[in-house]
Amino acid sequence: MDRRNFVKTLGGIGAGVLGTELAVAQEQPEQKEFVGVLVDTARCIGCRSCEMACAETHGFPEPDASTDVYEKERAPSTLQWSIVNRYETEKGETFVKRQCMHCNQPACASACLTKAMLKTEEGPVIWREDKCMGCRFCMLSCPFDIPKYEYDSWKPKVQKCSLCWERLEEGKVPACVEACPVEAIRFGKRRDLIEMGRVQIAKEPENYVHHIYGEAEAGGTSYMYLAAVPFGGIGFRTDLETTSYPELSKDYLYAVPIVLTLWPAFLLALSNATRKEND
Amino acid sequence: MTQPNNNGSKGALVISEARRFGRFLLSELKPKGKLVTPFNVFAVVVLAITAVLLFIRFTQGLAATTNLSQDFPWGIWIGFDVITGVAFAGGAYVVTFMVYILRLEKYHSIVRITVLNGFLAYVFYAGALLFDLGRPWNVINPIIGNSFGVSSVMFLVAWHFMLYMIAEFIEFSPAIAEWLGWRRIRKFLGGLTLGAVIFGITLSTLHQSGLGALFLMAKSKIHPLWYSEFIPILFFVSSIFAGLSMVIFEGSISHRVFKHQISPKHHLEHEEIVIGLARVCAGTMYIYFFLKLLVFIHGQQWSYINTPMGYWFLVEVVGFVLIPVRLFTQAVRFRNLALIRIAAVLTLVGIILNRLNVSIIAFKWYAVEHYFPSWMELMITLGVITAEIVVLRWVVERMPILRNPPEWAQPTTEEIPKTRFVMKEGEEKQWAAINM
Repeated sequence: MDRRNFVKTLGGIGAGVLGTELAVAQEQPEQKEFVGVLVDTARCIGCRSCEMACAETHGFPEPDASTDVYEKERAPSTLQWSIVNRYETEKGETFVKRQCMHCNQPACASACLTKAMLKTEEGPVIWREDKCMGCRFCMLSCPFDIPKYEYDSWKPKVQKCSLCWERLEEGKVPACVEACPVEAIRFGKRRDLIEMGRVQIAKEPENYVHHIYGEAEAGGTSYMYLAAVPFGGIGFRTDLETTSYPELSKDYLYAVPIVLTLWPAFLLALSNATRKEND
Repeated sequence: MTQPNNNGSKGALVISEARRFGRFLLSELKPKGKLVTPFNVFAVVVLAITAVLLFIRFTQGLAATTNLSQDFPWGIWIGFDVITGVAFAGGAYVVTFMVYILRLEKYHSIVRITVLNGFLAYVFYAGALLFDLGRPWNVINPIIGNSFGVSSVMFLVAWHFMLYMIAEFIEFSPAIAEWLGWRRIRKFLGGLTLGAVIFGITLSTLHQSGLGALFLMAKSKIHPLWYSEFIPILFFVSSIFAGLSMVIFEGSISHRVFKHQISPKHHLEHEEIVIGLARVCAGTMYIYFFLKLLVFIHGQQWSYINTPMGYWFLVEVVGFVLIPVRLFTQAVRFRNLALIRIAAVLTLVGIILNRLNVSIIAFKWYAVEHYFPSWMELMITLGVITAEIVVLRWVVERMPILRNPPEWAQPTTEEIPKTRFVMKEGEEKQWAAINM
């Protein structure tokens, strides 16, 4: 075997080994898939069983059960992680449950400097009391204005839906999903939910807006919505980014290590260059 | 000093030295000058009220003292105290850049007062952040490393605040050593200056821009006239002239208040310094204005101009950027110090407007109930500023900040370029006249 052939053979073996390695790597994307919830607002009857179940599960006072609460558009609060709003639309009354959207790449979690706000591998975004220092940067960053703050406490907590993280650990479904009498809220793997949503729209194309809110909004969220009327008319912001919010500050953060390494070298050089000879 | 001849007397000497030092510190702690002055009375009243309000704030929560809401998580304690205050403190990194990196020796006499101002601004205004934090006892979490949120701009800002305070303290520390008469320590600390300056400028570049980057994720909440992906660059560039305008403004006050401390030589120098600073202000403000224009045109924002927010934008950009930059240019040309001071004040107002616009006013401009600070928030802010002034005065009256350092501490070549001031003709007579 001459040298040229030897090199060729070696290269061939190398490529072969490398090839198999890559193939192996490709075969193991056994990542956990995010779970989520699909809310069918066309099916919701506004009974607010989900609100009640949520308050009970998380130890909050029982919400006011009268329908008067529908007079005003509400947002989740420090005492209610999940609420239902009523909207008058061209297709009659539409009820919309609102809570944390559990973004795939949450602005709040990337804003958090102590990782108190955490995107779990399973999908829920949770808040951890012992880490938080209370800067409220999560509230500023969240495109859905979801985290709520206990301003009236000397030891305030951030309150927001945890997608019943503790219940999921026990193998149960979120309390609101379990409580829904009409299956307007369904729990599952996020990918399956998107398929279910698409099937639903395809089955009754005239009854649904052909859009799943949360599939692309804010880069994709775990909570997703179907609706009979355009989302803008039932309390949703339709001007949000379709890329994730952490993308917006990514470029800046990438520039940081560059400045941190190049600046001192540059300044030192400049300082030496301007040094007077007689000094 | 007597040489100790055995170990016993050495010990005694140490004790007597320690006693002497203790007495010195005690005597320095006492206030100098008249006790009952209008400012002192004002300061005592303000600080007393602030202390009471802070007690309420920490026992009953933020709602008891602030108008913060679920829609407006950040009020003036962040928007003014921290974000505007840090921009105003930018003078320290700009002046140290000019003196230690570019070696523009002309500005050497204002280094200490500027660094002291910057350091105290960080301690007090960034320190005021602790009032705003819901759980301030957890403030060490991002530092001690039990959970590093490295993807957070806030993480960067927090670390840089802390490191920059240390850098500024090192830059300032020779003055403390001179005050205490620690010659060898003074020499050691002086040797650290250049390193601290380089480190400090790097940190400042990043956290001045970082304060702007905090708002990048709030894209859907800030009015398009104020939101752009260039916020970090705009914040950085504007911190240069914000800091220098503060140096001009503050200098015009301290030269009156601490007149007795400043040698006539420095008084004469000061005019040249102010004109030089005004020139740098004008230059960076033109760049800033150009950047603003670029962002405006690039973002195709003409349609917003003929709206109430558009007029407000014009007030900020024309009234408090374009007009002061014109004034600076004119004033430099005609060497008009009064006009420079007016321009500096307008510039400072413009910076307050800009920072408050991004963080509060143009933030959720669509909200039905917009945030407006409570009197208690304003009072505590006033208390923070007052406390800073009291400490600043205490330091300036004791340490060689404005006055010349003691003879033994004349700077060596490595640390500080010597001020070489040559009096022009006629100025000697002027000096003599002042000294009469």
